[in-house]
Amino acid sequence: MTDTPEAPVYGYDDLHRLMSLMTGDEKHGPAATSTLDALWVLYDRVLRVTPGTADAPGRDRFLLSKGHGPMAYYAVLAARGFFGEELLPGFGSYDSPLGHHPDRVLVPGAEIGSGSLGHGLPLAVGSVLGLRAQGLAGPRVWVLTGDAELDEGSNHEAIAYAGPAGLEQLHTVVIDNGSASYARPGGIAARFEAAGWSVRTVDGRDHGALYAAYTAPHPGRPHAVIARVAPKS
Amino acid sequence: MDTMRDRFVTTTTELLDEDPRLAVVLAEISCDGFRAAARAHPGRVVNVGIREQLLIGAGAGMALTGMRPVIHTFASFLVERPFEQVKLDLGHQAAGAVLVSAGASYDWPAGGFTHMSPGDIALLDTLDGWTVHVPGHPDEAEALLRHAVVGEDRVYVRLSLQSNSLGRPVTGEGFLTVRRGSAGVVVAVGPMLDNVLAATEGLDVTVLYATTVRPFDADGLREAVGAGATADVVVVEPCLAGTSAGAAGDALVALPHRVLGLGVARAELRRYGRLEEHLTAHGLDPRGLRTRIDAFLRP
Repeated sequence: MTDTPEAPVYGYDDLHRLMSLMTGDEKHGPAATSTLDALWVLYDRVLRVTPGTADAPGRDRFLLSKGHGPMAYYAVLAARGFFGEELLPGFGSYDSPLGHHPDRVLVPGAEIGSGSLGHGLPLAVGSVLGLRAQGLAGPRVWVLTGDAELDEGSNHEAIAYAGPAGLEQLHTVVIDNGSASYARPGGIAARFEAAGWSVRTVDGRDHGALYAAYTAPHPGRPHAVIARVAPKS
Repeated sequence: MDTMRDRFVTTTTELLDEDPRLAVVLAEISCDGFRAAARAHPGRVVNVGIREQLLIGAGAGMALTGMRPVIHTFASFLVERPFEQVKLDLGHQAAGAVLVSAGASYDWPAGGFTHMSPGDIALLDTLDGWTVHVPGHPDEAEALLRHAVVGEDRVYVRLSLQSNSLGRPVTGEGFLTVRRGSAGVVVAVGPMLDNVLAATEGLDVTVLYATTVRPFDADGLREAVGAGATADVVVVEPCLAGTSAGAAGDALVALPHRVLGLGVARAELRRYGRLEEHLTAHGLDPRGLRTRIDAFLRP
């Protein structure tokens, strides 16, 4: 596949305007903005996927596991041209493809439907296994989870398997806004490290730091980036 | 004779050689059987360890990349434990897979209720778009498995140690007519056929043999009940009693009818022992079936 990006429709400065077009899910507002910078840096500088390659076998995959508060995700997809901004005001309405949780069958560019926590990471593990089995070593698979979402047992299973299995193509970004009711002893990074992952912890609002963490080499191991943002109050 | 599970391993090993899209995803169960296949096809035989949620999620993820995953473990751990993964990672993602279970309802009575899954098909019935095969013989298990791996859809193949003495020419669609009569229709699902044939010996009933129960062969059942003004139908299943009674009722909605659903009782038996003892306890041995079918057809 080509790595040449198509011309983006909008830049980072447009994201807040795009998000303001979506109303009706204010309950998830903090969840939405917590992911904004992490998502933007991924789509702007890291992921090798465009509207033109959204179905190409060799594309990078991004799986939004934390499907709650998807406004930032929709805004970034619109900014990158996966669909037009005219869809945004319909957010959550009967005729809109954009729900309060995304549906891959309805949203152009969405790799998975999510909302129920703990599904993205196992699906991402399987995506890497499927790519490997087809000899596709190039595509990278990224999955975004929340810190509290890591409490789900399915994520424990995926993390514990992916490290020893050496799934180098697998990448996780954990948005850590301190929302887990019982914080993990030793912190989130320790959980991944214990399972043999490569781990970086960064300021989730710092684009340069996010980019450096995202692109850090991690030969033979899956890679986790813990993106810290302001705690959910 | 080999078991259905043995045949699953040999058939799937052959299919892996033939179809580069095929993958097998395991959670320790049956890993020994697939050792040679794993050596021949590294990357297409995956063992995720004792992790059943990951088993389904990983299989579904493979499907999203274009592979055809065959996902296998005991029925309790394949359908019941990771049920939300079955519902969302396969159904909601519009991803396909072939789920192949072992253990069924009472294959290992000495193991107790933790390894019994009489409700697996009833649970899948709450989801849309699943094809369900219940083979009654290792030859049928092979035929249905070969049928299942073709295509992109969601298929459940329920294997059991219980087997009929004879394999029949199953196609993956519809019911077979094994015996014709006029006083009612008895639908025997998978490994229940031998007991149903023994139980209905001398009765003037039609016996249909069902190894593909979803989609339910409504046309086949309507054809079997004939042109009478009413219909009496008994469904005998190796799973939870009544699992297919609703489907039979739907098929006959235009006709006054009665449906008796026989199968595994809902109440937990809390007994160990042997398979035959459990069949008797649930009234699924020939004598128990005969008594209940007689009482239903001649009230």
